[in-house]
Amino acid sequence: MTSGDEGLARGAQASDPSHDAGAPIAEHRSRTHATVETVLRNRLAVAGLVILAVLVLAAIIGPWVIPYEINEIDIANRLTGPSTDHWFGTDELGRDVFSRVVVGARVSLVVGFVAVGIALILGVPIGLISGFYGGATDSTLMRFMDILFSLPAILLAIAILAVLGPGIVNAMIAIGIVYTPIFARITRGSVLTIRQSVFVRAAESLGATNNRILRTHILPNVMAPIIVQTSLSLAFAILAEAALSFLGLGVQPPEPAWGRMLAEGRSFFEQAPWMAIFPGLAIVLTVMAFNFVGDGLRDALDPQQRSVIESRGVG
Amino acid sequence: MTGYVLRRIGQMVLALLGVSIIVFALIHLVPGDPVRTALGTRFDQEVYEALRARAGLDQPIVVQYFTWLGNAVTGDLGVSFRSGVPVTTLLLQRLPATITLAFAALFVALVVAIPLGIVSAIRSGSRLDYAATATSQVAVSVPDFWAGIMYILLFSLVLSWLPPSGYVSFFEDPLEWARHLALPALTVGLISGSIIFRFVRSSVLEALNQDYTRTARAKGLTERQVIWRHVMPNAWIPIVTVVGLQLGFLLSGVIVVEVIFAWPGLGRLALLSVQDRDFTVLQGAVLLIAFMFLLINLVVDIVYGWLDPRVRYD
Repeated sequence: MTSGDEGLARGAQASDPSHDAGAPIAEHRSRTHATVETVLRNRLAVAGLVILAVLVLAAIIGPWVIPYEINEIDIANRLTGPSTDHWFGTDELGRDVFSRVVVGARVSLVVGFVAVGIALILGVPIGLISGFYGGATDSTLMRFMDILFSLPAILLAIAILAVLGPGIVNAMIAIGIVYTPIFARITRGSVLTIRQSVFVRAAESLGATNNRILRTHILPNVMAPIIVQTSLSLAFAILAEAALSFLGLGVQPPEPAWGRMLAEGRSFFEQAPWMAIFPGLAIVLTVMAFNFVGDGLRDALDPQQRSVIESRGVG
Repeated sequence: MTGYVLRRIGQMVLALLGVSIIVFALIHLVPGDPVRTALGTRFDQEVYEALRARAGLDQPIVVQYFTWLGNAVTGDLGVSFRSGVPVTTLLLQRLPATITLAFAALFVALVVAIPLGIVSAIRSGSRLDYAATATSQVAVSVPDFWAGIMYILLFSLVLSWLPPSGYVSFFEDPLEWARHLALPALTVGLISGSIIFRFVRSSVLEALNQDYTRTARAKGLTERQVIWRHVMPNAWIPIVTVVGLQLGFLLSGVIVVEVIFAWPGLGRLALLSVQDRDFTVLQGAVLLIAFMFLLINLVVDIVYGWLDPRVRYD
């Protein structure tokens, strides 16, 4: 790499190639600092971060600190209400609902992160290539994305699971595919703007390869909307996983997943409403936390963006 | 405008063709023989061969696709592998329940979202605005199926006001129809309403801060005149879009709510077909739902183009 090329790479990060070689890094740092500050000033975003920290902690250390084994059957104590022994009551097999809700955090977060990871891995390169190369490549890729986007999210996930079969891994793949078009669209939109920038043209005229321009000049500059969308998509991925598990297509028993626990709780609704109330509250809290963080990040990073996913809904 | 409408119709036809390929591929991507799987323990060689021939599965794949597409265009979506009933008949039986729920939910959503959104924007920063905005933020995080279960718990089991599930046709008993519709419509409508509320509030707020609103105030119009003559006509444009999109989702995406309330709609049919591995029914349901979804989007785009002429030239 030539020193000129290196300078351009850094300049790209700061979106302004006119600064001297050291300034863009300082500017980049101060921008990150400003973003963090803006997010931390937003009380809802901070509340969301705190909830997420607790959830992540529950997901990591949960299995070691829960008062009961998640699959420990205790028929004598079945369907007992919340008490000091069982904070969230017990289910139809006498299993401790609190312990299962805590361990359920791991399933929800893992499914959410992996599913959105799949959507990112598929969607971002499609958006980059589509926006950068344009022409027939762009039309072909984006028409395919439009077709996927024209199918309602949960229906598409169900159709994919009909082919792949039910299960946690397939649910992650299905949700990942469903949310791919959103990342592809957002990335493409940003690339189209950045593509015309002086620093991209300068890199081209210096003979940088397309691959290099995409990786070092364009990608860092389209990250803001992608980060915002990632946080909001995590909320929807967790909702989608809960819906699929509720329908019996996601996580399979005896693994404790919140959606699955809700579905099981439905059958014992009159005798033991806590079986459905607490896993549902856990879903609401998690989704709310990701939404708060996502909104905070949007205000800080990308105030102009109105989420595509927001109006999409999960059924 | 005609050119814009024709272009949008062309795009919709292309999207539908794409969807048709995905839907067609569905049956071929399923591991194993779909007819054998659907028949399960009731396997009978004669029925098996008849169903395979009826579905055209003994033909080359390209021939199969075009035959299937040609039949689908004329309304023939094949027969259910499970029951032998034409798929179109099954879909038409389920369509009224889905349409009823979608429009009832949209009604609930609009009744809540539009007045509240307008008032929240006009009194931006007031306690009402904070309360409404906070409620909507919580509401968009609530899974519809959990909200539905909680409503059943409260309104059916504790208060015994409304039936917990089921469907009664309007022509059979209008009162019971409304009673059975109330909870599912409330479940989906309030969540949909909270999304619409956010758009109404931000659209009205944006219009309130425009120069033309300031001019209207400066020339001495009453606040009521400013809102209804100058703010609302401009705020409607994005609202129409989000309401249209929500209707599309309500017609297509309330599968879980249909399951909870034993609502005999298209979504529940699609889910049952997955459980029964009855793939012709799944194909038909997905195709019809996608068609409705695309049609609503088309109508929204046309209305949008009519309301805002700039869109037509994009």
